[in-house]
Amino acid sequence: MTPTHPALDARLVVRRPSFALDVHLRVAPGEVLALLGPNGAGKSTVLRALAGLAPMVDGHVRVDGLDLTAVPTERRPIGMVFQDYLLFDHMSALENVAFGPRCQGVPKTEARTRAARLLDRVGLADHAGARPRSLSGGQAQRVALARALATRPRLLLLDEPLAALDAHTRFSVRSHLQRHLADFGGATVIVTHDPLDAMVLADRVMVVEDGALVQQGSPVDVARRPRTGYVARLVGLNLYRGRADGTRVTVTGTSGAPVAVTVAGTHSGEVFTAFTPRSVALYRTRPDGSPRNAWRLAVDGIERFGDQVRVHLTGEVDLSADITPAGLAELALAPGDLVWASVKATEVACYPA
Amino acid sequence: MSTQTSARRRERPIRVASGRFPWLLVVPALLGFAFLLLPFLGLLLRAPWPTLGTRLLMPEVLGALRLSLTTATVATLVSLVLGVPLAWLLARTEFPGRRVVRALVTVPLVIPPIVGGVALLLVLGRNGVLGQYIYAWTGYSLPFTTAAVVVAQVFVAMPFLVISVEGALRGADRRYEDAAATLGASRSTIFRRVTLPMVAPGVLAGAVLCWSRALGEFGATVMFAGNFPGRTQTMPLAVYLAMQQSPDAAIVLSLVLLAVSLVILICLRDRWVSAP
Repeated sequence: MTPTHPALDARLVVRRPSFALDVHLRVAPGEVLALLGPNGAGKSTVLRALAGLAPMVDGHVRVDGLDLTAVPTERRPIGMVFQDYLLFDHMSALENVAFGPRCQGVPKTEARTRAARLLDRVGLADHAGARPRSLSGGQAQRVALARALATRPRLLLLDEPLAALDAHTRFSVRSHLQRHLADFGGATVIVTHDPLDAMVLADRVMVVEDGALVQQGSPVDVARRPRTGYVARLVGLNLYRGRADGTRVTVTGTSGAPVAVTVAGTHSGEVFTAFTPRSVALYRTRPDGSPRNAWRLAVDGIERFGDQVRVHLTGEVDLSADITPAGLAELALAPGDLVWASVKATEVACYPA
Repeated sequence: MSTQTSARRRERPIRVASGRFPWLLVVPALLGFAFLLLPFLGLLLRAPWPTLGTRLLMPEVLGALRLSLTTATVATLVSLVLGVPLAWLLARTEFPGRRVVRALVTVPLVIPPIVGGVALLLVLGRNGVLGQYIYAWTGYSLPFTTAAVVVAQVFVAMPFLVISVEGALRGADRRYEDAAATLGASRSTIFRRVTLPMVAPGVLAGAVLCWSRALGEFGATVMFAGNFPGRTQTMPLAVYLAMQQSPDAAIVLSLVLLAVSLVILICLRDRWVSAP
């Protein structure tokens, strides 16, 4: 136990007919926690439970040491930014931001002054009188953030705050959001399915799959050492789990049969092995030379990936390889072709499971 | 509007498939349209145009019109006060027997209004189930008063409002209410400042439907409130009475009702078009 209370300490148990969620969260003051996970994993349910909008069957929610488990939503010290922002269309941007303070009993003029100041802070002073419908996606997101901060919450909840924006707007709104989160003194929980959002915005990442926590750590740690196939795909790594004995790791192949992977260091016990698609080299004939891993695999699909070409391969193991377009032309690969895929042992990361 | 577009959609494949004019649909459609339109044409053709002005200003006509407009408006206000919360209850809460309640609310829509009038008399009449106590304690008897006209109209017209508002509430995105709750709004504040503005078009449409239904109410009114000029004789009752004595007066009264209804229809259409 730390001497002071964590800003947020919660255990959330939610059960629905086809879905169960059980997670434990602890967030320090000023810390930004990102919940990363596939659609339907229960990320949004976590936020709704924290806000008191989803009924829990068990658990607790404590903010700054205060037990909020039985406190109704409207009396929780929270601010929430919803996925589609949910700005009230019949009110101006200013009235939207002033709505929260007004509900808390702040006098009208003071609430409007506070709202105007917040709109100024998010760079929308000129749009105070605008209707939400006339705002762009990025502007609406900033109004939603100002509205959530206007009640001076101790816990800020952001549900896919950037999902509704196009790629270009996302970039600027993300850095804008990052600045505001740095200024916020309470706990922040962000839900996202975009690893980039998690990497940029969060101090800590929790990966949620099927209603349960499967991995947590710093963004760098999660990106470098994924522990599930979902995270590996998200950060673009080939990941296998297996048993290590010295430099040899026996992983489970696609068909369930054991496949040997050679790694550089010596390890023992249950481990993950991971390597980037870029470290995979493809050959028409069996390569020889330095200690390598080489598998004869079938081409499953080919797609453009930045300035590279990503080749999906299947066989003993499934893996992705990134090669140059020139390399692809040289190999003359077509779906169904058999190629040799090789990875140097030094390119394979190995860490305990 | 929506029926027009769906009809057009239905038309096209038939034309493509057979390559012929879809007589089977167009002929009945035109007949149906003529059937709906002809009575109004008859009304216009037989209207005593030369004496229209003087007849319109006759005190009986003006009195009936004033009574109709007042009672229909009061009935609509009462329906709003009682019907909107009822719609909210049906749309937003779960309680045992909710489906039964919902079915009961729609009963006045389907039963003959005259039966409604009889039922009202049996409950609120001087010897009625409740009416006898009201009369015994206060000496007040509701039937055959202007208030009874309003009661009859509310009984018949409120279901239109409830159905319309309930539909709007069910269609409204409840996440906006969640958003308001996270901002500290109490349930009553949410209803007043978020839910109601969201369903305003539905409330308005329901109110207009309710008002025009109340305006045309005949059966329940004549049974429960009687037919006393100046007190309970609304326009439809006046039309019925006039038809027995001087059909010309009935035509004039009918034209007035028709005009009022058309104005409402046009207002409503504009609202529907301008609504999001």
